[in-house]
Amino acid sequence: MTIFNFFKPARSAPVARDRLQILLQHERVSAGSSDLIAKLREEIIGVIARHVDIPADKVQVKMQRAEAVSTLEVEIELPNPVRRRAEAAA
Amino acid sequence: MSQVLVVTSGKGGVGKTTSTAAIGAALALSGQRVAVVDFDVGLRNLDLVMGAERRVVYDLINVVQGEAKLQQALIRDKRLDTLYVLPASQTRDKDALTEEGVTRVMEELRNHFDWVVCDSPAGIERGAMLAMRHADVAIVVTNPEVSSVRDSDRIIGMLDSKTVKAEKGEYMEKHLLLTRYDAARAERGQMLKVDDVLEILSIPLLGIIPESEAVLNASNVGCPVTLVDSDSAPARAYLDAARRLEGENIPMVVPSERRGFMSKLFGRRAA
Repeated sequence: MTIFNFFKPARSAPVARDRLQILLQHERVSAGSSDLIAKLREEIIGVIARHVDIPADKVQVKMQRAEAVSTLEVEIELPNPVRRRAEAAA
Repeated sequence: MSQVLVVTSGKGGVGKTTSTAAIGAALALSGQRVAVVDFDVGLRNLDLVMGAERRVVYDLINVVQGEAKLQQALIRDKRLDTLYVLPASQTRDKDALTEEGVTRVMEELRNHFDWVVCDSPAGIERGAMLAMRHADVAIVVTNPEVSSVRDSDRIIGMLDSKTVKAEKGEYMEKHLLLTRYDAARAERGQMLKVDDVLEILSIPLLGIIPESEAVLNASNVGCPVTLVDSDSAPARAYLDAARRLEGENIPMVVPSERRGFMSKLFGRRAA
Protein backbone atom coordinates (compact mmCIF):
# COMPACT_ATOMS: atom_id res chain seq x y z
CA MET A 1 0.00 0.00 0.00
CA THR A 2 1.40 3.38 -0.93
CA ILE A 3 0.93 6.49 1.10
CA PHE A 4 -1.58 7.75 -1.47
CA ASN A 5 -3.90 4.84 -0.78
CA PHE A 6 -4.00 5.91 2.82
CA PHE A 7 -5.48 9.24 1.90
CA LYS A 8 -7.79 7.91 -0.76
CA PRO A 9 -9.77 4.99 0.63
CA ALA A 10 -11.14 2.40 -1.80
CA ARG A 11 -14.65 3.17 -3.05
CA SER A 12 -16.24 -0.24 -2.73
CA ALA A 13 -19.86 0.91 -2.40
CA PRO A 14 -20.47 1.48 -6.13
CA VAL A 15 -19.27 -2.08 -6.76
CA ALA A 16 -21.67 -3.36 -4.11
CA ARG A 17 -24.51 -1.44 -5.72
CA ASP A 18 -23.86 -2.86 -9.18
CA ARG A 19 -23.45 -6.41 -7.91
CA LEU A 20 -26.71 -6.21 -6.00
CA GLN A 21 -28.66 -4.80 -8.91
CA ILE A 22 -27.57 -7.60 -11.21
CA LEU A 23 -28.02 -10.32 -8.61
CA LEU A 24 -31.49 -9.24 -7.54
CA GLN A 25 -32.71 -8.96 -11.10
CA HIS A 26 -31.88 -12.63 -11.54
CA GLU A 27 -33.24 -13.68 -8.17
CA ARG A 28 -36.54 -11.89 -8.71
CA VAL A 29 -37.00 -13.90 -11.87
CA SER A 30 -36.31 -17.24 -10.22
CA ALA A 31 -37.99 -16.55 -6.85
CA GLY A 32 -40.75 -13.95 -6.45
CA SER A 33 -43.26 -14.60 -9.20
CA SER A 34 -41.57 -17.82 -10.28
CA ASP A 35 -44.69 -19.59 -11.46
CA LEU A 36 -45.79 -16.83 -13.79
CA ILE A 37 -42.35 -16.31 -15.29
CA ALA A 38 -41.73 -20.02 -15.74
CA LYS A 39 -45.09 -20.51 -17.45
CA LEU A 40 -44.63 -17.50 -19.71
CA ARG A 41 -41.18 -18.65 -20.67
CA GLU A 42 -42.37 -22.17 -21.47
CA GLU A 43 -45.23 -20.95 -23.64
CA ILE A 44 -43.14 -18.31 -25.42
CA ILE A 45 -40.57 -20.96 -26.28
CA GLY A 46 -43.39 -23.22 -27.46
CA VAL A 47 -44.78 -20.59 -29.83
CA ILE A 48 -41.41 -19.66 -31.27
CA ALA A 49 -40.31 -23.27 -31.61
CA ARG A 50 -43.30 -23.92 -33.84
CA HIS A 51 -41.81 -21.60 -36.43
CA VAL A 52 -38.11 -21.30 -35.73
CA ASP A 53 -35.61 -23.83 -34.54
CA ILE A 54 -34.37 -22.31 -31.34
CA PRO A 55 -32.51 -23.56 -28.27
CA ALA A 56 -34.45 -23.05 -25.03
CA ASP A 57 -31.66 -21.09 -23.35
CA LYS A 58 -31.89 -18.36 -26.00
CA VAL A 59 -35.20 -17.16 -24.61
CA GLN A 60 -34.95 -14.96 -21.54
CA VAL A 61 -37.93 -13.65 -19.65
CA LYS A 62 -37.37 -11.04 -16.97
CA MET A 63 -39.78 -9.34 -14.66
CA GLN A 64 -38.71 -6.00 -13.20
CA ARG A 65 -40.55 -4.95 -10.08
CA ALA A 66 -41.03 -1.30 -9.25
CA GLU A 67 -43.35 0.70 -7.07
CA ALA A 68 -45.81 1.94 -9.66
CA VAL A 69 -45.33 -0.38 -12.62
CA SER A 70 -43.61 -3.67 -13.29
CA THR A 71 -42.18 -4.46 -16.69
CA LEU A 72 -41.85 -7.75 -18.50
CA GLU A 73 -38.80 -8.07 -20.67
CA VAL A 74 -38.60 -10.85 -23.23
CA GLU A 75 -35.31 -11.36 -25.00
CA ILE A 76 -35.14 -13.89 -27.80
CA GLU A 77 -31.89 -14.57 -29.52
CA LEU A 78 -32.50 -15.95 -32.99
CA PRO A 79 -29.85 -18.03 -34.71
CA ASN A 80 -28.28 -16.39 -37.74
CA PRO A 81 -29.23 -17.23 -40.46
CA VAL A 82 -32.75 -17.97 -39.22
CA ARG A 83 -33.52 -21.59 -39.87
CA ARG A 84 -37.18 -22.27 -40.32
CA ARG A 85 -38.61 -25.14 -38.38
CA ALA A 86 -39.60 -27.06 -41.52
CA GLU A 87 -36.17 -26.70 -43.11
CA ALA A 88 -34.48 -27.75 -39.92
CA ALA A 89 -36.60 -30.84 -39.79
CA ALA A 90 -35.97 -31.68 -43.44
CA MET B 1 -58.42 1.43 14.75
CA SER B 2 -55.72 -0.95 15.80
CA GLN B 3 -52.75 -1.63 13.57
CA VAL B 4 -50.55 -4.70 13.48
CA LEU B 5 -46.99 -3.84 12.56
CA VAL B 6 -44.31 -6.42 11.83
CA VAL B 7 -40.63 -5.59 12.15
CA THR B 8 -38.81 -8.00 9.90
CA SER B 9 -35.63 -8.69 7.94
CA GLY B 10 -34.07 -11.57 6.08
CA LYS B 11 -30.70 -11.39 7.72
CA GLY B 12 -30.19 -11.68 11.46
CA GLY B 13 -28.45 -9.10 13.59
CA VAL B 14 -29.59 -6.04 11.66
CA GLY B 15 -31.53 -4.49 14.54
CA LYS B 16 -35.06 -5.88 14.47
CA THR B 17 -35.39 -6.26 18.23
CA THR B 18 -33.77 -2.89 18.96
CA SER B 19 -36.08 -1.28 16.41
CA THR B 20 -39.18 -3.05 17.76
CA ALA B 21 -38.42 -1.77 21.26
CA ALA B 22 -37.52 1.74 20.12
CA ILE B 23 -40.53 2.21 17.83
CA GLY B 24 -42.94 0.49 20.23
CA ALA B 25 -41.84 2.85 23.00
CA ALA B 26 -42.00 5.86 20.66
CA LEU B 27 -45.61 5.04 19.74
CA ALA B 28 -46.52 4.51 23.40
CA LEU B 29 -44.98 7.88 24.34
CA SER B 30 -47.89 9.60 22.63
CA GLY B 31 -50.33 7.82 24.94
CA GLN B 32 -51.36 5.07 22.57
CA ARG B 33 -51.71 1.54 23.86
CA VAL B 34 -48.89 -0.54 22.44
CA ALA B 35 -48.00 -4.24 22.75
CA VAL B 36 -44.62 -5.44 21.52
CA VAL B 37 -44.73 -9.15 20.75
CA ASP B 38 -41.67 -11.38 20.48
CA PHE B 39 -42.13 -14.01 17.78
CA ASP B 40 -38.54 -15.18 17.98
CA VAL B 41 -39.32 -18.40 19.83
CA GLY B 42 -36.17 -20.19 20.90
CA LEU B 43 -34.02 -17.07 21.06
CA ARG B 44 -36.23 -14.58 22.91
CA ASN B 45 -34.51 -11.24 23.26
CA LEU B 46 -37.19 -8.58 23.21
CA ASP B 47 -37.88 -8.96 26.95
CA LEU B 48 -34.17 -8.45 27.62
CA VAL B 49 -33.89 -5.35 25.43
CA MET B 50 -37.03 -3.97 27.10
CA GLY B 51 -35.66 -4.73 30.58
CA ALA B 52 -38.50 -7.12 31.44
CA GLU B 53 -36.58 -10.40 31.49
CA ARG B 54 -37.02 -11.02 35.21
CA ARG B 55 -40.76 -10.49 35.12
CA VAL B 56 -41.59 -13.17 32.56
CA VAL B 57 -43.97 -15.80 33.90
CA TYR B 58 -46.04 -16.79 30.86
CA ASP B 59 -45.11 -16.30 27.23
CA LEU B 60 -46.57 -16.20 23.72
CA ILE B 61 -46.60 -19.99 23.40
CA ASN B 62 -48.54 -20.39 26.65
CA VAL B 63 -51.15 -18.00 25.30
CA VAL B 64 -51.24 -19.55 21.84
CA GLN B 65 -51.72 -23.00 23.35
CA GLY B 66 -54.38 -21.76 25.76
CA GLU B 67 -52.37 -22.47 28.92
CA ALA B 68 -52.46 -18.84 30.03
CA LYS B 69 -54.68 -15.86 29.42
CA LEU B 70 -53.33 -12.98 27.40
CA GLN B 71 -53.58 -10.67 30.44
CA GLN B 72 -51.41 -13.06 32.46
CA ALA B 73 -48.63 -13.06 29.88
CA LEU B 74 -48.54 -9.35 29.04
CA ILE B 75 -45.91 -7.48 31.06
CA ARG B 76 -46.54 -3.80 31.63
CA ASP B 77 -43.53 -1.58 31.07
CA LYS B 78 -42.01 -0.02 34.17
CA ARG B 79 -41.61 3.37 32.50
CA LEU B 80 -44.70 3.76 30.32
CA ASP B 81 -48.06 2.49 31.47
CA THR B 82 -49.41 2.16 27.92
CA LEU B 83 -46.57 -0.11 26.80
CA TYR B 84 -46.70 -3.89 27.18
CA VAL B 85 -44.39 -6.78 26.28
CA LEU B 86 -45.57 -10.23 25.23
CA PRO B 87 -42.40 -12.32 25.52
CA ALA B 88 -41.37 -15.39 23.56
CA SER B 89 -40.42 -18.66 25.10
CA GLN B 90 -36.78 -19.67 25.15
CA THR B 91 -37.10 -23.32 25.88
CA ARG B 92 -40.16 -24.54 24.08
CA ASP B 93 -40.26 -26.14 20.68
CA LYS B 94 -40.72 -23.44 18.08
CA ASP B 95 -43.28 -25.55 16.24
CA ALA B 96 -45.56 -25.03 19.24
CA LEU B 97 -46.86 -21.88 17.53
CA THR B 98 -49.89 -22.95 15.54
CA GLU B 99 -51.40 -20.84 12.81
CA GLU B 100 -54.89 -20.97 14.37
CA GLY B 101 -53.54 -20.11 17.80
CA VAL B 102 -51.57 -17.14 16.49
CA THR B 103 -54.61 -15.90 14.58
CA ARG B 104 -56.70 -16.01 17.76
CA VAL B 105 -54.06 -14.22 19.86
CA MET B 106 -53.56 -11.51 17.24
CA GLU B 107 -57.30 -10.87 17.13
CA GLU B 108 -57.38 -10.56 20.89
CA LEU B 109 -54.39 -8.20 20.88
CA ARG B 110 -56.10 -6.05 18.26
CA ASN B 111 -59.05 -5.62 20.64
CA HIS B 112 -56.86 -4.32 23.46
CA PHE B 113 -54.22 -2.22 21.72
CA ASP B 114 -53.81 0.61 19.25
CA TRP B 115 -50.56 -0.89 17.97
CA VAL B 116 -49.37 -4.50 18.02
CA VAL B 117 -45.68 -4.51 17.08
CA CYS B 118 -44.38 -7.97 16.18
CA ASP B 119 -40.66 -8.69 16.40
CA SER B 120 -40.00 -11.31 13.73
CA PRO B 121 -37.29 -13.95 13.79
CA ALA B 122 -34.73 -13.59 10.99
CA GLY B 123 -34.97 -15.65 7.86
CA ILE B 124 -37.75 -16.90 5.64
CA GLU B 125 -38.88 -19.88 7.70
CA ARG B 126 -42.22 -20.57 9.33
CA GLY B 127 -41.53 -18.34 12.33
CA ALA B 128 -41.01 -15.29 10.14
CA MET B 129 -44.13 -16.13 8.15
CA LEU B 130 -46.24 -16.41 11.33
CA ALA B 131 -44.91 -13.07 12.57
CA MET B 132 -45.83 -11.22 9.35
CA ARG B 133 -49.01 -13.16 8.59
CA HIS B 134 -51.52 -10.78 10.20
CA ALA B 135 -49.64 -7.54 9.70
CA ASP B 136 -51.27 -4.44 8.23
CA VAL B 137 -47.94 -2.72 7.81
CA ALA B 138 -44.33 -3.93 7.72
CA ILE B 139 -41.00 -2.42 8.55
CA VAL B 140 -38.12 -4.08 6.69
CA VAL B 141 -34.94 -3.47 8.69
CA THR B 142 -31.85 -3.34 6.49
CA ASN B 143 -28.17 -2.60 6.99
CA PRO B 144 -26.28 -0.87 4.16
CA GLU B 145 -24.51 -4.11 3.39
CA VAL B 146 -24.88 -6.48 0.42
CA SER B 147 -26.12 -9.58 2.26
CA SER B 148 -28.67 -7.60 4.23
CA VAL B 149 -30.05 -5.86 1.13
CA ARG B 150 -30.30 -9.13 -0.77
CA ASP B 151 -32.16 -10.84 2.07
CA SER B 152 -34.48 -7.85 2.43
CA ASP B 153 -35.50 -8.36 -1.18
CA ARG B 154 -36.58 -11.90 -0.35
CA ILE B 155 -38.57 -10.68 2.64
CA ILE B 156 -40.33 -8.04 0.53
CA GLY B 157 -41.31 -10.85 -1.83
CA MET B 158 -42.70 -12.82 1.12
CA LEU B 159 -44.65 -9.82 2.42
CA ASP B 160 -46.24 -9.52 -1.01
CA SER B 161 -47.27 -13.16 -1.17
CA LYS B 162 -47.55 -14.81 2.26
CA THR B 163 -49.52 -12.30 4.31
CA VAL B 164 -53.28 -12.35 4.84
CA LYS B 165 -53.47 -8.90 3.24
CA ALA B 166 -51.56 -10.03 0.15
CA GLU B 167 -53.68 -13.16 -0.17
CA LYS B 168 -56.82 -11.03 -0.15
CA GLY B 169 -55.31 -9.03 -2.99
CA GLU B 170 -54.85 -5.93 -0.85
CA TYR B 171 -51.79 -3.72 -0.86
CA MET B 172 -49.28 -4.66 1.80
CA GLU B 173 -47.79 -1.46 3.20
CA LYS B 174 -44.01 -1.78 3.52
CA HIS B 175 -41.40 0.61 4.83
CA LEU B 176 -37.63 0.52 4.82
CA LEU B 177 -35.70 1.25 7.99
CA LEU B 178 -32.01 1.61 7.28
CA THR B 179 -29.97 0.91 10.41
CA ARG B 180 -26.29 1.26 11.34
CA TYR B 181 -25.87 3.95 8.73
CA ASP B 182 -22.66 5.94 8.69
CA ALA B 183 -23.16 9.04 6.56
CA ALA B 184 -19.46 9.86 6.44
CA ARG B 185 -18.51 6.43 5.14
CA ALA B 186 -21.32 6.50 2.59
CA GLU B 187 -20.06 9.88 1.41
CA ARG B 188 -16.59 8.41 0.94
CA GLY B 189 -18.02 5.58 -1.16
CA GLN B 190 -17.26 2.93 1.42
CA MET B 191 -20.85 2.15 2.28
CA LEU B 192 -24.01 1.87 0.18
CA LYS B 193 -25.86 5.16 0.20
CA VAL B 194 -29.48 5.56 1.22
CA ASP B 195 -30.44 6.22 -2.40
CA ASP B 196 -28.65 3.08 -3.60
CA VAL B 197 -30.59 0.89 -1.17
CA LEU B 198 -33.87 2.63 -2.00
CA GLU B 199 -33.33 2.23 -5.71
CA ILE B 200 -32.54 -1.46 -5.33
CA LEU B 201 -35.39 -2.35 -2.96
CA SER B 202 -37.93 0.27 -4.16
CA ILE B 203 -40.05 0.55 -1.03
CA PRO B 204 -40.59 3.87 0.79
CA LEU B 205 -38.09 5.00 3.41
CA LEU B 206 -39.29 5.22 7.00
CA GLY B 207 -36.07 6.31 8.64
CA ILE B 208 -32.30 6.22 8.76
CA ILE B 209 -30.80 5.12 12.05
CA PRO B 210 -27.18 6.15 12.42
CA GLU B 211 -24.51 3.84 13.74
CA SER B 212 -24.22 4.98 17.33
CA GLU B 213 -23.00 4.01 20.77
CA ALA B 214 -26.38 5.00 22.17
CA VAL B 215 -28.00 1.88 20.67
CA LEU B 216 -25.68 -0.52 22.50
CA ASN B 217 -25.91 1.51 25.70
CA ALA B 218 -29.69 1.25 25.57
CA SER B 219 -29.71 -2.53 25.17
CA ASN B 220 -27.06 -2.83 27.90
CA VAL B 221 -29.36 -1.20 30.41
CA GLY B 222 -32.54 -2.83 29.07
CA CYS B 223 -34.38 0.28 27.99
CA PRO B 224 -35.57 1.27 24.50
CA VAL B 225 -33.19 3.89 23.08
CA THR B 226 -36.11 6.26 22.56
CA LEU B 227 -36.72 6.30 26.33
CA VAL B 228 -33.25 6.08 27.83
CA ASP B 229 -31.43 8.63 25.69
CA SER B 230 -34.16 10.43 23.79
CA ASP B 231 -31.89 13.21 22.60
CA SER B 232 -29.36 10.89 20.94
CA ALA B 233 -29.21 10.74 17.13
CA PRO B 234 -30.70 7.20 16.86
CA ALA B 235 -33.50 8.04 19.32
CA ARG B 236 -34.46 11.13 17.33
CA ALA B 237 -34.41 9.04 14.15
CA TYR B 238 -36.67 6.39 15.71
CA LEU B 239 -39.05 9.01 17.10
CA ASP B 240 -39.35 10.57 13.65
CA ALA B 241 -39.86 7.12 12.10
CA ALA B 242 -42.72 6.43 14.52
CA ARG B 243 -44.40 9.71 13.58
CA ARG B 244 -44.04 8.90 9.88
CA LEU B 245 -45.74 5.56 10.58
CA GLU B 246 -48.70 7.52 11.84
CA GLY B 247 -48.84 9.41 8.61
CA GLU B 248 -47.07 12.58 9.62
CA ASN B 249 -44.97 14.22 6.97
CA ILE B 250 -41.57 14.79 8.53
CA PRO B 251 -38.59 15.72 6.38
CA MET B 252 -35.95 13.00 6.19
CA VAL B 253 -32.60 14.01 7.57
CA VAL B 254 -29.50 11.88 7.44
CA PRO B 255 -28.66 11.85 11.11
CA SER B 256 -25.11 11.83 12.32
CA GLU B 257 -23.41 11.81 15.65
CA ARG B 258 -21.72 14.96 16.79
CA ARG B 259 -18.12 13.89 16.58
CA GLY B 260 -14.99 15.49 17.87
CA PHE B 261 -12.23 16.88 15.74
CA MET B 262 -9.91 13.91 16.20
CA SER B 263 -12.51 11.26 15.34
CA LYS B 264 -13.54 13.31 12.30
CA LEU B 265 -9.92 13.52 11.24
CA PHE B 266 -9.39 9.79 11.47
CA GLY B 267 -12.91 8.96 10.44
CA ARG B 268 -13.01 5.67 12.24
CA ARG B 269 -13.64 4.25 15.62
CA ALA B 270 -12.68 1.07 17.37
CA ALA B 271 -15.58 -1.26 16.77
